[in-house]
Amino acid sequence: MMRSYRTRRRLGNAVIYLVLSTLALLWLLPIAYLILQSFRAEAGAYTPYLLPRSYTLQNYIDLFRDTSLFPYPRWFANTALVAVCSCALSTAMILMISYCFSRLRFPTRRPLMNVGLILGMFPGFMSMIAVYHLLKLVGLDQSLVALILVYSAASCLGYFIAKGFFDTLPRALDEAATIDGATRNDIFWKITLPMSGPIVVYTALTSLIAPFADFIFVSVIMKDNYENYTVALGLYQMISRENVYQYFTRFCAGAVLVALPVTVLFFALQRYYVEGVTGGAVKG
Amino acid sequence: MEYQDFTQVHPIRKRIKGGRRGLLAIPQNAAKIVTVGLRIVANGIRWIGRQAVGVVRAVRDGDLPTRLSFLVMGAGVLLRGQLVRGLLYFVAQIAYIAYMVFFGWRYLQKIGTLGTVTQQQIFDEEQGIYIYQAGDNSMQILLFGVLTVLLTVLIVGLYFHSIRTSVRAERRLASGKPLATFREDLHSLVNERYHITLLTPPVLLVILFTVLPLVFMVLIAFTNFDKTHQPPGNLFTWVGFDNFINMLGGNAQLGYTFLNLLLWTLIWAVFATFSNYLFGTILALMINKKGIRFKKFWRTIFVVTIAVPQFVSLMLMSQLLAEEGAVNVLLRELGWITESIPFLTNGTLAKITVIVVNMWVGIPYTMLITSGILMNIPEDMYESARIDGAGPVTMFFRITLPYMLFVTTPYLITQFVNNINNFNVIFLLTRGGPLTLDYFKAGKTDLLVTWLYKQTVDEQNYNLAGVIGVLVFIVTAVCSLVVYNSSASAKKEEEFQ
Repeated sequence: MMRSYRTRRRLGNAVIYLVLSTLALLWLLPIAYLILQSFRAEAGAYTPYLLPRSYTLQNYIDLFRDTSLFPYPRWFANTALVAVCSCALSTAMILMISYCFSRLRFPTRRPLMNVGLILGMFPGFMSMIAVYHLLKLVGLDQSLVALILVYSAASCLGYFIAKGFFDTLPRALDEAATIDGATRNDIFWKITLPMSGPIVVYTALTSLIAPFADFIFVSVIMKDNYENYTVALGLYQMISRENVYQYFTRFCAGAVLVALPVTVLFFALQRYYVEGVTGGAVKG
Repeated sequence: MEYQDFTQVHPIRKRIKGGRRGLLAIPQNAAKIVTVGLRIVANGIRWIGRQAVGVVRAVRDGDLPTRLSFLVMGAGVLLRGQLVRGLLYFVAQIAYIAYMVFFGWRYLQKIGTLGTVTQQQIFDEEQGIYIYQAGDNSMQILLFGVLTVLLTVLIVGLYFHSIRTSVRAERRLASGKPLATFREDLHSLVNERYHITLLTPPVLLVILFTVLPLVFMVLIAFTNFDKTHQPPGNLFTWVGFDNFINMLGGNAQLGYTFLNLLLWTLIWAVFATFSNYLFGTILALMINKKGIRFKKFWRTIFVVTIAVPQFVSLMLMSQLLAEEGAVNVLLRELGWITESIPFLTNGTLAKITVIVVNMWVGIPYTMLITSGILMNIPEDMYESARIDGAGPVTMFFRITLPYMLFVTTPYLITQFVNNINNFNVIFLLTRGGPLTLDYFKAGKTDLLVTWLYKQTVDEQNYNLAGVIGVLVFIVTAVCSLVVYNSSASAKKEEEFQ
């Protein structure tokens, strides 16, 4: 009896190992394919064979040298700049909003939260045409500043996870500090913020990654201003129907170079990220 | 029914019961939503009424400074010694008047017609060429008209506020207390009125970049701003509910497209949300199972794919699954197929493909989130279930899933809404294709939002885009409010208040 239980469990585990390995393969193969293709020497978008016949670094070199059609270094710098600035701005905004809604009580709190909820239900880019014309009015259209502002504004409505996190922090500390004469501002800086490491990192990380992933806003705001594209939009041009044959391998190289810093950052901060997600997204 | 003391029921079963009751209560909740909406309107009206009463009282009982602040904002507090505060009100008034005179009024006065003068070509004698003489620009009229209305609402609010502060200051002085100095006012901004400090910058950003454009787009839905009415060459004007009627069946092709895309959007959202959720949970369970080694290794493998930016993996997938893409090449080399499988070019198959690819993108993320929650499920529940002879499948559906569903309802709702608006997955994979002539400028896998995108960027039928946006909003609002209000977490939040 005892032995059969053990064998059954072993068998079960073996099945699980098998499933996990298959899944891991399924998840890693496309990424491996991307990396391999980025080193492929033969031209063409599609090859009738899977593994490249010969390898080269030329695709990476071309990304930085042959910038007449695709100014990749410029795009990369644009994305990095926008990412850092909008990260700083949106993290500040999200923390302010979520602290406010979580900790402070004021008459307009409920109505404002409801309005936020309702605004969040409209498709986000429905309004982009109007945004474009507003930016044009102040002469900011097709500029990186506009992009930073738009991303930061869009992030304001995504405060729920951070608010969920703040909700879990003990309120007794605030009360004790108030009795000791601390203002709400002091409490925010000296008590709440030091306890909120995970959520700060989580918020910063997600808003840092957002410009790398966005495609719509950038395409509407930049229109044909090629110089100010971000990598997402730029790389998309490389695999458009007329370019894909010639530039597919270069697209792969460019994609690898984008994925690299994001991946490194992600792994360095993974612990905080997980804590932030599970702490904030989930309230019992 | 067998009597059971509710306090003795296991907490989780209690929660499951609560959840079921919540589902049964959907009709009442729908009614509640309507009541809440009405209450908001009623409160608004009451607020205006109260303001009016306050004004009447201020006229009747107020002293000279208070009465003066009806004409000059801030006069009331200025004359009582609150210099900076009074000046700020005054500056706001001057700024508003200047704005109206030099900019706002020009657009606001034409908002009823959206312009009457069309741009014209006239012959310029001096240069001997035709030049354009600018007419009215309907779009600018509407956009800046909305901006002006918003600013007016703000200034009216500030106007009432200035009168109220004046009355309050009058009373305070009458009862012998000193008025707050400017320094004290500033100090209150980091303490009693800290919320104003914190919320002003984000609210301003949101008003400028979300509210104003949104109001504009919603209004566009009631105009004929389409391909043939493009400013500055042409004018467009109000058409009432025509666009909505067309979209909901007045125009056969539009109505057909809308209904089909709506159906597909909902199917997509349901499948995309729940497939990720279910399989992500199962993956997390497998990794977290006792006796499985290298947990961190497994987790890392899947997390790699979260770290790779989504647009990279999606564009890559669209290349992999193309007619001559790597997947078809591989299958052909293995000898499993002779003809390429049209993963992205056959309507039905493309729909399945996007859902499967979305699983590839989303499952690791769900795995990450659910791992944390799974560890919180009390172990003794599983033990007692095991003693009762439950197998792993029964335990998953009877214990794990209900518990998870309860805890993560808010997360599921946001995921569902996000999926209704999931632009990236569809657009980067199929661009909405394969296109079909049955639809109005849309493809088989187009969601309502990608259709909206095409209507704005490719077709410039802004009025249709506005209509689609409003309808998507209604769909999302109904779905999420009903679910949210019937979920247990929402009730708790209200108790908590």
